Amino acid sequence: MLEIKTRAKGFVAHGVSACAGCGLELAIRVVVDVLGRNTVIVIPPGCAALFSGFGSETALRIPGLQGNLENTAAYAAGIKAGFEMQGRSDINVLGFAGDGATVDIGLQSLSGAFERGDRILYVCYDNEAYMNTGIQGSGSTPHQAWTTTTPAGKTARRKDMLQIVAAHGIPYAATASIGYVEDLRKKVGKAKASGGPAYIHIHSPCPPGWGFEPEKSVEIARAAVRTRSWPLYEIVDRVKGRITVPVGKPQPVAEYLKLQGRFAGITPEELELVQKEVEEEYALLLKRLDSQ
Amino acid sequence: MPRMMLDGNGAASEALRLARVQVISAYPITPQSPIAEQLANYVAEGRLHAKYIRVESEHSALSCAIGAQLTGVRAATATSSVGLALMHEVLGVAAGCRVPIIMPVVNRALVSPWSLWCDHQDSMAERDSGWLQFFAEDAQAVLDLTLAAYRIGEDERVQLPAMICLDGFFLSHRTDAVSVPEESDVDDFLPRYQPHNLVLDPDHPIFINDLTPSSDFMEMRYQQQQAFEAARSVVSEVFEDFGRRFGRSYSAVEAYACEDAEAVLITLGSMSGTAKCAVDELRAKGARVGVLKIISFRPFPAAEIRKCLKKVPRVGVIDRSANLGAETGPVCAEVLAACKESGTTQIHGFVAGLGGRDVPVESIANAFYALLSQEELESGARWLDVRENALFIREVQS
Ligand SMILES: Cc1ncc(C[n+]2csc(CCOP(=O)(O)OP(=O)(O)O)c2C)c(N)n1
Ligand SMILES: [Mg+2]
Repeated sequence: MLEIKTRAKGFVAHGVSACAGCGLELAIRVVVDVLGRNTVIVIPPGCAALFSGFGSETALRIPGLQGNLENTAAYAAGIKAGFEMQGRSDINVLGFAGDGATVDIGLQSLSGAFERGDRILYVCYDNEAYMNTGIQGSGSTPHQAWTTTTPAGKTARRKDMLQIVAAHGIPYAATASIGYVEDLRKKVGKAKASGGPAYIHIHSPCPPGWGFEPEKSVEIARAAVRTRSWPLYEIVDRVKGRITVPVGKPQPVAEYLKLQGRFAGITPEELELVQKEVEEEYALLLKRLDSQ
Repeated sequence: MPRMMLDGNGAASEALRLARVQVISAYPITPQSPIAEQLANYVAEGRLHAKYIRVESEHSALSCAIGAQLTGVRAATATSSVGLALMHEVLGVAAGCRVPIIMPVVNRALVSPWSLWCDHQDSMAERDSGWLQFFAEDAQAVLDLTLAAYRIGEDERVQLPAMICLDGFFLSHRTDAVSVPEESDVDDFLPRYQPHNLVLDPDHPIFINDLTPSSDFMEMRYQQQQAFEAARSVVSEVFEDFGRRFGRSYSAVEAYACEDAEAVLITLGSMSGTAKCAVDELRAKGARVGVLKIISFRPFPAAEIRKCLKKVPRVGVIDRSANLGAETGPVCAEVLAACKESGTTQIHGFVAGLGGRDVPVESIANAFYALLSQEELESGARWLDVRENALFIREVQS
């Protein structure tokens, strides 16, 4: 028997078999903690399914359904409708899905639910690849990153999921990071208060997938923000956009990339290109937020 | 009981309304679209108190329905052909999570080539998906079997989803006088939905459908298999009760003029009516022929079929789907398996009516003649009414 020294608070058990330093573990604990017990969660296959459980054990104290890879939002929409028809509109219905399950194979059902205005909350934890199947590239894998299916570095840039989501004009959409837990907590609270549809995209570093030591997850998440590689912002009621964690003096992107094995093969020219892309993206983002 | 002029789609929609489904998620596809539209109308007119989710695909349609029904309400969807194929992955979830959704499937051929018209390949491709499958002969049967399927699927001993299969256009778009039961009578027959096992409820949290080790997986499948076994008697119980209440009786298989028959054809769906007509014509000329219609394809009524065919020397099975790479079509394969011990009955497969091709009385009569002629039939399935130039049409000259 294992001796449990510190029991987990909240709705997620201690001792879940996520990897040491897993960013997603921090994300799910925070998200579920803020939403509270009156919540039903839908989790697709992917690393988050570790929290669904195994056999007759689960890691969650809230009810949930493990769905399929492409239909998290559809299950959530159906569950919400079922509760609404029984006068239980108060129950939060949360989709909690990886980047692959969100920006790639699950994009259609997510778009459908957002277009219809189904009052669901959807959280994407983004570890920037298909991690559970062994680190394959996804639509959210950044430019130049190594994965098992981009062995020479990804040649395409990532999808800008927030823009896609924002185009649906939902009440609340935000980026977040496991490196900024207070910011994340506030955003989950706002998403819940908005009633939905609401979307939060959480940057979640992955030690084995990105090639860094487990104790560095939060540091790396913060480096992504400080280099403006992962800007933290929100868009409320489709028009009120703002940066929630301003980065006055950004560090060079290299300060973020050099901490990770997946960028080990990057050439100085490629690095320069990535730096330029990050600056461009950030400028465009500010413009968009300004004009919102 | 008031009679209404309804086509098969209208009868299906009416049945879902009478079952008081509370969440509907549907995506249009020919020839199912009128169901998706009619349900939307019912909700808009206030004739049905339900939430209508205008989903963006069939995959989402069934996913929404599963999610909704897991909260404890009846949820509905309907589809056809490639729409059913797109649902394939999620059909297994409804079945494995034991969510008794009742779904009209308007039978239509699968691609390729494209066809908008009836055959059974869509349903047959899902015959092992863990759903009950009932095939309707006419619009009245669509309505009746749908109502009965709710009682069967939701029974605590069963807890399985069900497809009500109706032939595209032949049934879906053909209008008939249909007896529509009173709402109160249906309410008595079909009480409020009572989930028996898995429910999403924050007051009683459980996690549904997690990863399951091989030490449990087979047992979970075995539970499903046993549910189909249990469904056999529930099917007859419910059909009997339905007959008592509404005056129309159904059974897993229906024999027509089989008692003294020298040749029997086994059919599914709308062609059964044509086959009975062929039987009448041939019997008038002295031929001893009969028809055995299968209503419940899942569970497959092997014992009933065996019993019925016991004294029949020659049996033909008309599959409305192709036997690609197989000796016979799927229905014939099942009949062969059911009758493997009965040495005296010879069983032959026929394939007919693909992609909307009509199966007229003459074609069925030809099948009977082939059976009666004592000619040595080919060991595989005989395709009826295939044009002679079959191998040359659409040939691209290089
Ligand atoms: C339809 C389908 N295709 C493929 C898979 C295999 N699969 C399981 S998890 C997974 C990776 C999902 O990646 P992501 O959503 O980013 O989650 P992560 O594993 O990175 O946490 C894949 C491809 C599946 N379960 N279903
Ligand atoms: Mg991922």
